[in-house]
Amino acid sequence: MQNILPLIYLIASVTFILGLKMLSSPATARRGNLIAAGGMSIAILGTIFLYTDENGNTLHNHLWIFGGLLIGGVVGTLAAKKVKMTSMPEMVSIFNGMGGACAALISIIEFNEIHRNIHISGTMDPAAFFASTDGTHLLIILLGLIIGSVSFAGSIIAWGKLNGRLKDIVFKGQHVVNILVLILIVSLSAHILIARPADTPLYFYSVVVLSLVYGILFVWPIGGADMPVVISLLNSFTGVAAACGGFLYDNKVMLTGGILVGAAGTLLTILMCKAMNRSLQNVLIGSFGKKPAEGSGTQVAGGSYKEISVSDAAMVMTYANKVMIVPGYGLAVAQAQHVCHDLEKLLESKGVDVRYAIHPVAGRMPGHMNVLLAEADVSYDKLLEMEAANDEFRTVDVVLVLGANDVVNPAAKSDPSSPIYGMPILEVEEAKSVIVNKRSMKPGYAGIENQLFFQPKTSMLFGDAKKALQDLVTEIKSL
Amino acid sequence: MLQGLEWISTHQQMIYMVILMIFVGIEVISRVPSVLHTPLMSGANAIHGVVIIGAIIVMGKAQEGNIFALVLGFVAVILGTLNVVGGFVVTDRMLEMFKKKK
Repeated sequence: MQNILPLIYLIASVTFILGLKMLSSPATARRGNLIAAGGMSIAILGTIFLYTDENGNTLHNHLWIFGGLLIGGVVGTLAAKKVKMTSMPEMVSIFNGMGGACAALISIIEFNEIHRNIHISGTMDPAAFFASTDGTHLLIILLGLIIGSVSFAGSIIAWGKLNGRLKDIVFKGQHVVNILVLILIVSLSAHILIARPADTPLYFYSVVVLSLVYGILFVWPIGGADMPVVISLLNSFTGVAAACGGFLYDNKVMLTGGILVGAAGTLLTILMCKAMNRSLQNVLIGSFGKKPAEGSGTQVAGGSYKEISVSDAAMVMTYANKVMIVPGYGLAVAQAQHVCHDLEKLLESKGVDVRYAIHPVAGRMPGHMNVLLAEADVSYDKLLEMEAANDEFRTVDVVLVLGANDVVNPAAKSDPSSPIYGMPILEVEEAKSVIVNKRSMKPGYAGIENQLFFQPKTSMLFGDAKKALQDLVTEIKSL
Repeated sequence: MLQGLEWISTHQQMIYMVILMIFVGIEVISRVPSVLHTPLMSGANAIHGVVIIGAIIVMGKAQEGNIFALVLGFVAVILGTLNVVGGFVVTDRMLEMFKKKK
């Protein structure tokens, strides 16, 4: 009987690898997710009923386990079903944090088990007892604890920043404080492992607190638009924390699943950075250097811009032959994807050819805009990827930019001194005219002026994306 | 030095697995189009929910009177399940959107 569980774990490990592989290709992605979920289910059930420890004891407390599975399952399903498509990034962050917390709790319980054995054995004094504990075991417990706690605290902060509950806090010497906290965590852990002091529990729980503090300090100063990269990084952290559990219980499926996600997550983080033409280092510590760079003010501020009224914009678009919509972060935040689709249908009914130009990093996460527009029933063949869109702009009469800024900034092509120089952009200035919807003239995430807004062919339509689109729809209907 | 070598030889199976898995993880997603970055991250997020297995083991081993382990283990099982179930359901919802359009 006990030979069945390793087989189950083997199958589950293969489904994780297959699932991840299939998730990276559009045609098989959904099936890949289901296959991995199936593997996870048999691994969980197999563990509950077939697991035996080294002395051949089976697991008990089934009532507690199923209770926990039921509560977690119901809450998780409801939360995942209810969440708005625009809040996906926050949701992923929360779920990631839960995994991190789970790993940290496992470490705390395992440490407490060691600690309890002192009282049970009774005779030994604590120092001698801790000295006799297996070092590898302690090291793994500490690693799982630290990584899991950092991932948990960081994910919660990332969640708060994405939904706007937490504001940016940057203070001088922040990175020095961060490094000090990290050094403190490492040296306390080293002290536990090497010196094995009698008051080890005190040191251990200090490490718990410091790891949580580090998670908070590490994520808080990073800008909201960079959060997807941070979530992806924390995602791979949690993978490593899960793998620590695999070491602890000599459990192959935890080890393979955890390491797999740790490696894939790290690569995904780097790929995301590349899509934004930034380095990981720049994302993580960039926020510290930003303030002085802004102060030195090397940017050329651009002169005058012209505003356009809703009725004029409606007129221009209705009488155009071809309109290209460039959706961006602003559209995602305003949750304007449905009304955007309404506008598209309305224009099409008036004989206008409407297309969408999707920048790879448009939205709140790379690929997020495709999900949002798909949710609003925008037809797949209307979405043009960046290269295809750039070939077409020349034939477009009106480009409607909705809350996008840096991804249409011509400085990325023309100005080598610009911080975004080299980033691939949508070349909207090739079109005959451009209407830019923004809430104000404030610069975008990169904090630089956009020359596009000051070009003669560009006109500005100020206001919240959803509100502006609704007004446009009403206006066009009455034409 | 000798201790280190001994450590490697006793844990060599694990070490091999870690190294191979790192390469598999990188290889498997290396050609992902940016359109799928978000769903892939979400799917990977669900897979590291495998940590739930550790929580189940901890919970199932907890002794009758050990309130500390029982309570924390119970919380760990709930959190781990949230990670797994929520992760897979959210990913499926995202991918469902893509598929409908075919």
